[in-house]
Amino acid sequence: MSAESVIHVHPGGRLIALVGNPNCGKTALFNRLTGSNQKVANYAGVTVERKEGRFKSAAGKTLRLLDLPGTYSLHPRSPDERVTCDVLAGRARGEKRPDLVVCVLDATNLRRNLRLVLAVKRMGLPCVVALNMADVAARRGLKVDAAELSKALGVPVVSTVATQGTGVEELKALFDDAGAWTLGGPADAPPPADPHADGDHAVVRRLLQGLGLDVHLPHLPSDRVDRVLLHPVAGPLILLVVLFLLFQAVFSWAQPPMDAIKAGVDWLGTAISGVLPEGFVRSLLVDGVLAGTGSVLVFLPQILILFFFILMLEESGYLPRAAFLLDRIMGSVGLSGRSFIPLLSSFACAIPGIMATRSIANPRDRLVTILIAPLMTCSARLPVYALLIGAFIPQRRVFGGLELQGLVLLGLYLAGILGAMGVAWVLKRFTSSGAQVRPLMMELPIYHWPSLRSVAIGLYQRAEIFLRRVGGVILFLTLALWLLSSFPGAPAGATGAPIEYSIAGMLGRGLQHVLAPIGFNWQISLALVPGMAAREVAVSSLGTVYSLSGGEDAAQALMPVIAHTWSLPTALSLLAWYVFAPQCISTLAAIKRETGGYKMPAIVLGYLFALAYLASFLTFRISTWVLG
Amino acid sequence: MPRPAPASLAQAEIGDSLHVQSVSAPGHAPEWERWLEEIGFLPGEPVSVMARVPGGDPLVVRIGTSTFALRRAEAECVLVERQTQALAA
Repeated sequence: MSAESVIHVHPGGRLIALVGNPNCGKTALFNRLTGSNQKVANYAGVTVERKEGRFKSAAGKTLRLLDLPGTYSLHPRSPDERVTCDVLAGRARGEKRPDLVVCVLDATNLRRNLRLVLAVKRMGLPCVVALNMADVAARRGLKVDAAELSKALGVPVVSTVATQGTGVEELKALFDDAGAWTLGGPADAPPPADPHADGDHAVVRRLLQGLGLDVHLPHLPSDRVDRVLLHPVAGPLILLVVLFLLFQAVFSWAQPPMDAIKAGVDWLGTAISGVLPEGFVRSLLVDGVLAGTGSVLVFLPQILILFFFILMLEESGYLPRAAFLLDRIMGSVGLSGRSFIPLLSSFACAIPGIMATRSIANPRDRLVTILIAPLMTCSARLPVYALLIGAFIPQRRVFGGLELQGLVLLGLYLAGILGAMGVAWVLKRFTSSGAQVRPLMMELPIYHWPSLRSVAIGLYQRAEIFLRRVGGVILFLTLALWLLSSFPGAPAGATGAPIEYSIAGMLGRGLQHVLAPIGFNWQISLALVPGMAAREVAVSSLGTVYSLSGGEDAAQALMPVIAHTWSLPTALSLLAWYVFAPQCISTLAAIKRETGGYKMPAIVLGYLFALAYLASFLTFRISTWVLG
Repeated sequence: MPRPAPASLAQAEIGDSLHVQSVSAPGHAPEWERWLEEIGFLPGEPVSVMARVPGGDPLVVRIGTSTFALRRAEAECVLVERQTQALAA
């Protein structure tokens, strides 16, 4: 377990917990109260995101605020919801029981939201209600009298509009009132020990009838939008267009900042090379630290752009609808629509994709999603694909104007998707848990304009988490691979490139015996060893093996060399290899972290290498036979 | 003449205004009963089908004022009836 997942220190300040149904605007209120003063980590022992922030009450008291995962009740059905229950009960490991609970209510759906307030009150914690989305309710003609509700519930009630900051100051002032921190008086008809929803339901209905709020007013604008976006024909077409635009943005907008990062890393390498004499330290800094972190850092722009769109879609309320539209396709291979978001993220990089599987409640679905996420064509494969396609696939138009090189690239993407669906289908067909019908029960919240503030905070947190990975695990692993590729050094009078004499070189030579049947020569076999650090490292390694100058020109200089020395079946075989092979230690590290053990990364490593070998073998043999 | 009410939400037509009569979970997933109740499927609550994907699974359902996507198997657990005087009481 890494250090960041354990929080045992209880810093000063009283602890307030935010509790509420999903989609009640709880996180928006959290962002309003704490601003950028937040820390994201994990709860001890589970991979549930823990968000804590600090803020000052109106009188200047420092308070700690915990944003608990959204839940419909205190009967948990997912690891997220279990955390909420455990924290409220004071059972969570390494977590202090909150001194006060702020129940955030969606004013447009009091019927369901109030049941949670009753359940929280039964836990015996002081409770304050934030009546959120009061503006949306008012626009629907639903006037909720905060004072009346407060009297009926027996706890203080503050009307808020978290997205605009309305009512936040009032809430902060309430935290200076000593009375708020003590248990409120008995509510109107406190429910007996019967915790069943039926009892609470009757209490809530009476309460709403008393307030004259026992009415159902649907959100008509949302319904009108849904009639188009969930239309059986138009809905899927619009989703396709949205996904197409998203990919366009990820790949075209990200190019300039990626080039800038690459240029910056290269410039730094040249600068260090100019200052330090040739030798161990220089090689360690330039080829190890800089090349390692640089090769991962370069994907930050793509990840940020992808997450910008995902956060916008999530905030607007479209993402669960996309999951709904895709549920049937995903269901055919034993997954649910909820796996869609992690798999989408994996097209930029499998690491944020694997982290995003936390939102999948079902443990089996989550595991299967993690297992197939590395099969989505991440952007690290692109440099390898570009090199091989550029060198071996002729630039010509086929089928009436389609670019052949582009078609091959599209085919490689499809091969990854079909491979993933195939693996998921096999797991559905041949495991006992695969045949079960798993619940969907997914809320489709009303649409609203995304709050740029929330998107910005979310983006900042994604970037921070990703960079922390680069700083830790990834840096360590790339350094280890650099060591393997640098030691022992070339003997005096050596004719080949120094890497040939290193441990990596020996491994590559040994690997060649295994890889010869799929058409790989020793140069490829050797390049695959440092290529374990990250897929695109194989390109610069090939450059090193062929004794080229290396650096950013490696691919340009390599193309004619490999075009002359490799056969077409070898190139196709290597392409097939890269569709499947788990050539990315950082992904395996992320899987180990998220599954809490070495078993899953070992399974992923094993099955993906087996698939890669099989695919390459078939590609090599069949293309050799066809091409004579 | 009102049409006869469908037995469960899974058979309901899009836009048909119905009310929850009861929730009964299948034997292999008894926990669904509580889960469906918790998200609002309680006797007497107004319910209707908003949309279906081609093939009819999953479907979008309006329960009370909120909207949920349900699998067909989940919608089958929700037994429905047409509006009666019961609610006015």
